[in-house]
Amino acid sequence: MSEIFINGIGAVTPQHTHDNARFLEHIEIYDHNNLRCVNPNFKEFIPPMELRRMSRIIRMGIASARISMKEAGVEMPDAIITGTGMGCVEDTEKFLISMIDNKELLLTPTSFIRSTHNTVGAQIALKLKCHNYNFTYVHRGFSFENVLQDAIMLIREGDAGNVLAGGIDETSDNHYSISGRLGFWKDKPVRNLDLLKERSNGTIAGEGSVFAMLSNVKGEKDYGRLTDIDTFISPESHLYTKQRIENFLGQSNLNPGDIDLVILGYSGDIRYDEVFDTIRNSLFSGIPAAYFKHLCGEYYTSSSFAFWLAAQILEKQFIPAVVKLDDLNPNGINNVLIYNHFMEHHHTLMLLSK
Amino acid sequence: MPERIYITGLGLISAIGMDVEENFASLEKQYSGIGEIQYLETIHKGEIPVAEVKATDEELFDRVGINPVKGYTRTALLSINAAREAVEMSGSELSNDKRTGIISATTVGGMVKSENHYLDFLNNDNSNIYIGTHDCGDATEKVASYFGFKGFMTTISTACSSSLNSIMLGARMIRNGKLDRVLVGGADALSRFTINGFNTLMILDRDGCKPFDENRNGLTLGEGAAFIVLESGTSSIKNNRKILGEVKGWANANDAYHQTASSPEGEGAYMAMSKALKMSGMDVTDIDYINAHGTGTINNDLSEGKAIEKLFGIKMPKVSSTKPYTGHTLGAAGVIEAVFSILAIKNRVVFPNMNFKQPMKELSFSPVKEFLEEQKVHKVLTNSFGFGGNNSTIIVSDVS
Repeated sequence: MSEIFINGIGAVTPQHTHDNARFLEHIEIYDHNNLRCVNPNFKEFIPPMELRRMSRIIRMGIASARISMKEAGVEMPDAIITGTGMGCVEDTEKFLISMIDNKELLLTPTSFIRSTHNTVGAQIALKLKCHNYNFTYVHRGFSFENVLQDAIMLIREGDAGNVLAGGIDETSDNHYSISGRLGFWKDKPVRNLDLLKERSNGTIAGEGSVFAMLSNVKGEKDYGRLTDIDTFISPESHLYTKQRIENFLGQSNLNPGDIDLVILGYSGDIRYDEVFDTIRNSLFSGIPAAYFKHLCGEYYTSSSFAFWLAAQILEKQFIPAVVKLDDLNPNGINNVLIYNHFMEHHHTLMLLSK
Repeated sequence: MPERIYITGLGLISAIGMDVEENFASLEKQYSGIGEIQYLETIHKGEIPVAEVKATDEELFDRVGINPVKGYTRTALLSINAAREAVEMSGSELSNDKRTGIISATTVGGMVKSENHYLDFLNNDNSNIYIGTHDCGDATEKVASYFGFKGFMTTISTACSSSLNSIMLGARMIRNGKLDRVLVGGADALSRFTINGFNTLMILDRDGCKPFDENRNGLTLGEGAAFIVLESGTSSIKNNRKILGEVKGWANANDAYHQTASSPEGEGAYMAMSKALKMSGMDVTDIDYINAHGTGTINNDLSEGKAIEKLFGIKMPKVSSTKPYTGHTLGAAGVIEAVFSILAIKNRVVFPNMNFKQPMKELSFSPVKEFLEEQKVHKVLTNSFGFGGNNSTIIVSDVS
């Protein structure tokens, strides 16, 4: 069975992640609860004329996709797969609001045609003139993991040697206040680096775009291998989750003790974080643990930030202090497990290995 | 031997019927579901024809035995109606055994509610329940919870090819040994968002769509849902399923020409069709019928027609678009037309391309004009194309 190598990665997120030469050296600090991406110089990736007409999600997507492809030395991927929970929020809002305000009269099509969930994947294909397989997954907190699962299948089917795979979501002021009505976000502004100190309901909102070039051949860059993916919905107990994780590792002939770093999806929401404590204390006690949502915020594809983090850690063999949950230091980092959930509903596991 | 992908259940709700049988009867009688807007509130009532499912939300609740409660969008209700029929027909259970899955597809998800409550979302707490039903995953999870299902699930959104892609993913997951059975399909409810969106593109035919006609003038929007139960050959036989057909080939390609328009020569369409054909191990002469995407827009029918012509040449099978019956149901179109393709095989018929009068001057072939019975229909190719150049093809056959 073909192995899946991560040969390039590109990330536009609320941190300075778009330059792969640096690794969380400077941390962006936020004192409000709606984190936005740090913009790279988009003109490096997109002609200025086109840039002006593009919504943020398309810019973020194209830039991060370009970064990952350049790093992997791929000009034409065999497949483009994207995942997004909310899709093109800005364009959807724009068309919806003008339709409501103008009572269905005098509308223009631009925002409508760019509101479909596959816009980012389609725009990348259009830029590259890439005629290959192009899919978009839109299942809430599973979206990014579904992308990776499909990429693994495509490569193992022999249908693709390399796959451009990305997870992407954009926030907006309206999206933030609307989803806030569901109790997603903290009532009071919290400093992002204090996310876990604030013992209260809700988390902080975020966004981001992470693309990876996955391949059946090892490239120059060594971000490790994507070994396996699992998704499960609303588990009935922490015990179920614990067994699910053990079984997942077992599939790759690993025990919890073989994991060198576990990255957990702590969001600072006291209603939902308990399962991470349980898993950490039961399966991974004595094993270094890290978290990430204080850096990128919460969104349906936030686990793509964790994927970026794991790949960087495997390549650089270094765990930045800002993500550490303890003072433990592994001797060599070979296996990284990511366990995330979105509002305790969508649970996902990703295993990356050296 | 790669695992065979059998079809063991079908479920369908559209403007021409509340279940598979009613849909077939309407196709046979050449009854179109297109008419004046009755259910949706919009200023375009009386001006733009559409193909609505002829039922209120309350009636859709009633049909599946759910007490009408808030928190269900029409997209979710259509989904549950079609999914229930498919699962019942197959006799399978959606058990939580890690070998069963649900894959759905949609373009605008719960927009039909969000567009009515958006100002509430912004200004007050009156309609919070519909905030959580806006996204594409909601209807899929409503189907799952209707069956008490907690296994593998996902949702695909690739514009108008969405649900053909859900069939493709389901088939691949079986072939890869990840699942034994999977409920695949998709749904879209009509919304002001989509009606106005397509209206701004000026591609809505004011008289109802006329696919492949020289005087075609755009598409007609519809709504609906369909689901198919796919099951591995091994599992179908072990469970003694009634096998309705088989998925033999599939492919997805990108036109990479324009965000909304298709390339004049239908490059992406040609690639999707030829790749699916190659995968199925068939020759062009093996295909008995093509259920075309055939939206009725000037652009699509030319592009698709050219691609069909290039691939099939003088060995042209029978071709028709069934969109004059159901309208263009966006994310549901692919799976609805896949069900029609299976019905064509099962009943040995070919459906006529209603509203067709005059051949397109650019094309050498014309679509089927009459309801044809006693036909040799063993293998059917069906297309679905979407915004972003997303082109998909599926080939279904009887079981030889």
